[in-house]
Amino acid sequence: MTTSHFLLMVLYALLVSTVFAVLLRDQPREQLKTGVMMFGGFISVAYVLGWLMFPFPL
Amino acid sequence: MIECSDRMGTKSTAAERPRASAEPWRLATVCILAWLVPGAGHLLQGRRQKGLIFLVTLPFMFGIGLWLQGRLFPLELSDPLVFLGAIANRGIGIPYIAARMFDAGAGLVTAASYEYGNTFLMTAGLLNFLVILDAFDVALGRK
Repeated sequence: MTTSHFLLMVLYALLVSTVFAVLLRDQPREQLKTGVMMFGGFISVAYVLGWLMFPFPL
Repeated sequence: MIECSDRMGTKSTAAERPRASAEPWRLATVCILAWLVPGAGHLLQGRRQKGLIFLVTLPFMFGIGLWLQGRLFPLELSDPLVFLGAIANRGIGIPYIAARMFDAGAGLVTAASYEYGNTFLMTAGLLNFLVILDAFDVALGRK
């Protein structure tokens, strides 16, 4: 099975941020705003951490 | 002291408001249904939008975990991490029971996606625990 690790991470971030946004906010507009911010946070933090770990060998 | 008596005398807090739906049997029904079917607790209480989103996303997440060769952990007290993983897996309710019935979730430790699968499976269950707590709060009239 070939799966992109990045794609899986994006999918994970999308699903988790969707559930959290719907749990935390009641209005659809607020849910969308919270979800987008959370999703962006997930992706950007993962991206930055990925690059920070890049020089270190396993 | 004045503030305290003021608060007690005139303002009503969430804890003091009447709770039409706080009967124990109803709370238990909401929690059990919310555990068995993700989002059912919200749907039962008229929160259709939230319920439908949970109903779609959480089983989908669980399904992806199975597709990625994740493992459904057994309840083994001898290994605390496996035990905690097992509790997380069971949080999703009927999808977990169905997966067990069809012998899915054996896990393929050599698969590149094995850990991803475990993460998806456990997160789906843990998120459903939060959804159950939210449904409980709605039933109590806190939200």
